[in-house]
Amino acid sequence: MAEAQALRKAVECGVPDNDKYMHPTLLKNRGNWKYHDRPRPGVLHHVAHSGDQVWSVRAGTQRQMDTHTIRKLCDIAEQYAEGFVRFTIRSNIEYIVADQKKVDPLIAKLEGEGFPVGGTGNSVTMVAHTQGWLHCDIPGTDASGVVKSMMDQLYDEFKNEQMPNRVHLSTSCCEINCGGQADLAVIVQHTKPPKINHDLVANVCERPAVVARCPVAAIRPALVNGKPSLEVDEKKCICCGACYPPCPPMQINDPEHSKLAIWVGGKNSNARGKPTFMKMVASGLPNNAPRWPEVNEVVGRILRTYKADARPWERMADWIDRIGWPRFFEKTGLPFTKYLIDDWRGSRANLNASNHVRF
Amino acid sequence: MAKPMHPTPNLDQLETGPWPSFVTGLKRLAKDKDYVVDVLGHLEQSYQTRKGYWKGGTVGVRGYGGGVIPRFTEIKDANGQAVFKDAAEFHTIRVMPPPGMHYDTATLRQLCDIWDKYGSGLIALHGQSGDIMMQGCTTENVQKAWDEINEMGFDLGGAGPAVRTSMSCVGAARCEQSCYDEAKAHKAVINSFLDDIHRPALPYKFKFKFSGCGNDCMNAIQRSDMAVIGTWRDNIRTDDELGQKWFAKHGMNELINDVVSRCPTKALQIKDAGAVRKDGHISAVALDGKQCLEIDNKDCVRCMHCINVMTGALAPGKDKGASILVGGKSHLKIGGLMGTLVVPFMKLDTEEDREKLVELAQSIIDFFAENALEHERTGEMIERIGLVNFLEGIGLDVDPHMINTPRTNPYVRTDGWDEEVAKIEAKKKAAA
Repeated sequence: MAEAQALRKAVECGVPDNDKYMHPTLLKNRGNWKYHDRPRPGVLHHVAHSGDQVWSVRAGTQRQMDTHTIRKLCDIAEQYAEGFVRFTIRSNIEYIVADQKKVDPLIAKLEGEGFPVGGTGNSVTMVAHTQGWLHCDIPGTDASGVVKSMMDQLYDEFKNEQMPNRVHLSTSCCEINCGGQADLAVIVQHTKPPKINHDLVANVCERPAVVARCPVAAIRPALVNGKPSLEVDEKKCICCGACYPPCPPMQINDPEHSKLAIWVGGKNSNARGKPTFMKMVASGLPNNAPRWPEVNEVVGRILRTYKADARPWERMADWIDRIGWPRFFEKTGLPFTKYLIDDWRGSRANLNASNHVRF
Repeated sequence: MAKPMHPTPNLDQLETGPWPSFVTGLKRLAKDKDYVVDVLGHLEQSYQTRKGYWKGGTVGVRGYGGGVIPRFTEIKDANGQAVFKDAAEFHTIRVMPPPGMHYDTATLRQLCDIWDKYGSGLIALHGQSGDIMMQGCTTENVQKAWDEINEMGFDLGGAGPAVRTSMSCVGAARCEQSCYDEAKAHKAVINSFLDDIHRPALPYKFKFKFSGCGNDCMNAIQRSDMAVIGTWRDNIRTDDELGQKWFAKHGMNELINDVVSRCPTKALQIKDAGAVRKDGHISAVALDGKQCLEIDNKDCVRCMHCINVMTGALAPGKDKGASILVGGKSHLKIGGLMGTLVVPFMKLDTEEDREKLVELAQSIIDFFAENALEHERTGEMIERIGLVNFLEGIGLDVDPHMINTPRTNPYVRTDGWDEEVAKIEAKKKAAA
């Protein structure tokens, strides 16, 4: 029997139809919704052309969830909602109910169990994040811990809709930036070239592939202590860490010299202006586990300034477009250093080719 | 009862504060599992030294070349033995969720049962590519857990140089701004590339993402090699009753400051009701008895802003479909890239429409597989070879929607100009 099971062949079924996982009112009105409004932060109210209505109650989670937590969320769905949930791209859970009377008890239960209700509209929603020390093989920092400390600080902003427009956050534990573009992102920024363990390179790394991986051609094959290895031209090296995943003996992570940088103004939406990439506005912040206070200070400062100064519907990028970068740095008090002037490919497009100056 | 906990003074500090704590969750699991006791010890060491201690390797399930992310501990004692021996292996199984990430509780409970039995009990909902991340499993248990997950009707996601797990927004299921059935398109495309998901053999990863409108809630334009983003061709729909309701609540200042002046192409004007143009490409919504908001749909780029502000009063048109953009990616190696528009509009209403989308995806992946260098993403390949070569390779005609501006330098050989003009004229004639 055990052997028969061991030979089970995978059923290559792909993604399932989502019909059977969907709340019946959603299924019934699929493709026929008319409009929505937000009766309060954390609640979306959708009205279908048929006249049917649903209320979606959104709550924050820790994303990396233990089975007890998931079962608790299921209990709530079965007792207070209608047995269906969905998750957003930012790891918020949504309960969908077709009866307005169920909304308040559901909110009370979620909040009572420690799941903040919010994350809708012009709030600061949950951080898109990665794995970090918990699971990644190349992390410069943790992810879940950074997120926990950020969201503790931004808890009230998650639960209220007091920002000029929505605020999306992300964190990434290396410069690959798995967290993605965001209004405000925290990303590891290495400041020293990799430390190479020459004893291991020949056995562990496919050397030509590692040479090819370097964006600035700073890596070349070399014989070190009679062994084939790799060497790095440290004047050329931009400390990006691209060589580290294909060649772990080229250790880029450093407890002291792997810093954190803050980026702002990423926007994937096409609303108003075209989508934008985020820009680096601060770096050199220490990787100060377990609560990263220096990072949180800068994050809080930028968000407070944006909240006070931006007009309704301005995302971070729209706001900075209006006030200009000099005033962004002035208002946030962040130092504008030479490292923030782009010198990568296409960089001159990021320079001011005009005499547009705000005084 | 599990073995005693390791001291975790750093992690303990992540149990304070109001946001739900993953550490509290892990500790709860650690009451019953030696595995998680050692996972916490392992993580605490990272917090103390600020270093990661997992290395990759090769672990998989029968018949597939990907979908499992292997992790082996690097915290070893002088004899090369794992210090946290119960957490020496901490593999993740990536499982593709239903499109839109809808679940009934029975399904979530079943996943929990499987993971309590074979894994650590830690599940991330969801990973950045959109997978259900079943985190923490021994090599021995990976196949057993997978067999049961597969029996539930779920399949593994992508990893390595493969087509990756996809994401689609809630879309048609609940959103009035949805311009196509995102879930159906998602399923049709992804399930056509299962071989490329399960047996990584491409130059590098390839991601699809599906957003129902220009708000792009799935971040498709920047996070996918092929982005399917909803749009429409006809006029913005209007609802006078909801328009008047909006105006009564928000007034003229908000209408001007938040709606009219934020239109990126100045397609909006406020008009006296009698002065609204009668052309076929004009929409207008009543504000009160006297004035209307007029939209010139020829100028509108379907950015979604006015619809976001005045939801219901304004809505996407009826002739819906999607734009296709190709080549989005994140930083490494040449810097972040946005997708480039290669198909301004295609219908996605029927199975046949979706079949055409799959065919387009197939030709892009085929070209990518043939022409990209090792570890080169689609966007980087296009940057290297030029958009025109890419379009010729996949059989698409050039179109001025694909550019911000025509070329700003003369450094191009144009001796094929007359032939190209003749081709365009011939096509025009044939179409007429």
